[in-house]
Amino acid sequence: MTTEMQNEAEIFRGTTEGKTSLRDHRSVRGTPRAGMPAFILGEELAELAKTDPRIVVATADLASANRTNDFRDVHPDRFFDFGIAEKNMITAAAGMASCGFVPYVATFASFASILGAEQIRTDCAYPRMPVRVIGTHSGMSMGFYGSSHHALEDLGMLRVVADLTVICATDANHLRAVLRKSVDHPGAMYIRLGRGRDPVVYETVPDLEIGKAIRLREGSDLTIITTGSQVRASLDVASTLAEEDGVSVRVVDMHTISPLDRDEIVAAARETRAILTVEEHNLTGGLGSAVADVLVDLPRLPFLRHGVPDRFVEVGPPAALYAAYKLDAPGLCDVARNFLSGIH
Amino acid sequence: MFSIKEGALPDRSNVSLAVLEGYAKFIRTETVRLTRIAGAGHYSSTFSCAEMLAALYYAQMRIEPSNPNWEDRDRFVMSKGHAAIGLYPVLADLGYFDPAELDTYTRLGSKYGDHPDMKKVRGLDFSSGSLGHGLSIGLGMALAGRVSGRDYRTYVMLGDGEISEGQIWEAVIAAGHFQLGHLVLLLDRNGLCIDGHTEDIMGIEPVHERFAAFGWDVQRIDGHDFPSILGAFQNLPEGTTGKPQAIVCDTVKGRGVKRMEMSLDWHVGNLVGEDYDDVMAELEAGLQPYEAEPVA
Repeated sequence: MTTEMQNEAEIFRGTTEGKTSLRDHRSVRGTPRAGMPAFILGEELAELAKTDPRIVVATADLASANRTNDFRDVHPDRFFDFGIAEKNMITAAAGMASCGFVPYVATFASFASILGAEQIRTDCAYPRMPVRVIGTHSGMSMGFYGSSHHALEDLGMLRVVADLTVICATDANHLRAVLRKSVDHPGAMYIRLGRGRDPVVYETVPDLEIGKAIRLREGSDLTIITTGSQVRASLDVASTLAEEDGVSVRVVDMHTISPLDRDEIVAAARETRAILTVEEHNLTGGLGSAVADVLVDLPRLPFLRHGVPDRFVEVGPPAALYAAYKLDAPGLCDVARNFLSGIH
Repeated sequence: MFSIKEGALPDRSNVSLAVLEGYAKFIRTETVRLTRIAGAGHYSSTFSCAEMLAALYYAQMRIEPSNPNWEDRDRFVMSKGHAAIGLYPVLADLGYFDPAELDTYTRLGSKYGDHPDMKKVRGLDFSSGSLGHGLSIGLGMALAGRVSGRDYRTYVMLGDGEISEGQIWEAVIAAGHFQLGHLVLLLDRNGLCIDGHTEDIMGIEPVHERFAAFGWDVQRIDGHDFPSILGAFQNLPEGTTGKPQAIVCDTVKGRGVKRMEMSLDWHVGNLVGEDYDDVMAELEAGLQPYEAEPVA
């Protein structure tokens, strides 16, 4: 077993080989928090629910995988496991919301967004129910579990839904900010999460405004507009380009995909010389497409979308997939350099 | 607009059968009148549930039309949203909104479309239109009642063709699992879906046994007979736990208009000219005994 494969075994089984028996890691506690430092979902919701009786939480047989069991342990009467029935869970959440509750329902992003797309549109967004559908393990972070478990289409599918807020959490502190802001946010939300091992971007809980991008780094030559899992890599690339190439790179965390922060995109177009979008999503319909929708109305400037090509990706450990599709820092650095060299 | 209501709500505990029959007639005639405004409408799916709607709203449900957001009210989910045309006149008649608004039915900018929108229709507990969702909505409402410690009931009306949708059975399983005794499913078993008889297109019988097998208490009644409907309501248990409650209502699609009864031609239609007048006169005369076509 390669080191990489071993790491993946730890990620998905939540254990290091030899230390824990199969029986143990199938226990109700599931994957230990230590394996997923960014999965503060259940813990943060449990804290919020102590002072807000409207908050209820549900999952579809994935309480351990998404750590909603941290909520269940504190508020068992306000937690519902729907079994493997995502559509019923999302629609029932809408029914609860109609009675004054603010339900957070979590499952893998592939099932939340694709299997549950019609329930999100018709039962949550259309009647403006404050349901928060939380898609964990988005993009291709499920790695070798394959395309059935990847969600590389969710942003494209859901950003076209009216009256639905679509937001990507960047890391643990960012997710805390999103959850805190979400409680009183009007209407339905889709919140996209990574696999819980997301690298740190925010050392403290950021001052977040839904629909308002966060400019993490100033720059004048290039703007990287990115979201979720790709923010850390984009920041690292910006540092590398500044140090090694003398290129000044602005980095924007476009956490809210819908409604999009048009002003921030316009500012990038006016104040920097080129725009690169980076996302762990199919190039069709995601962040890059959303940014292109804005840029098409503006004077032309060099623009490149970087993401996953429009085909089902290979199977492999997540880290290997990120490298293969140039969504890790070295790969992304190559993409940025090629883009910049074509401009000059 | 026609209404037999005079003044306040009837005494729900002692509403007469004649009064309820009047309301069922009112639902049917208003359906015919509003469909003419739209130029097309779901007559027959509404006629099959007219008695159930009348019994719910005029005899059974705990509601307060002057306070549509009353937290302790009973909820009603019209999962077969295409029968909303029969619900709108009831809500207007009860005082949720001005009956004159019904005249805008389906016209540009109206609050009242073929499928109902809770953000526009006062008194409507949830939007519907995409079949298969309503029981999950009701399940959520019932869970909400449990969490908030309220004892309201949630009634969900399903069409029989609708229960081919898989999500219905997700909710049927969950209601049994969560022991939602205050969740009441009303199945409008009118026998037809759009393409034919349900048993030819996608058979569901023995449907009462299927619900029972999933842990529900089931009653099977004549859905056009008020004493049977009221009797089924009386059999519902008090409290908010225990088996969820299903009432399978055997009905006749298009009931009340001879040419529509069990006809596949009238799922959507429009009556004009003499046909309109003839049907209105037929409805005014009240329900006649139903005679099934002899099996060929």
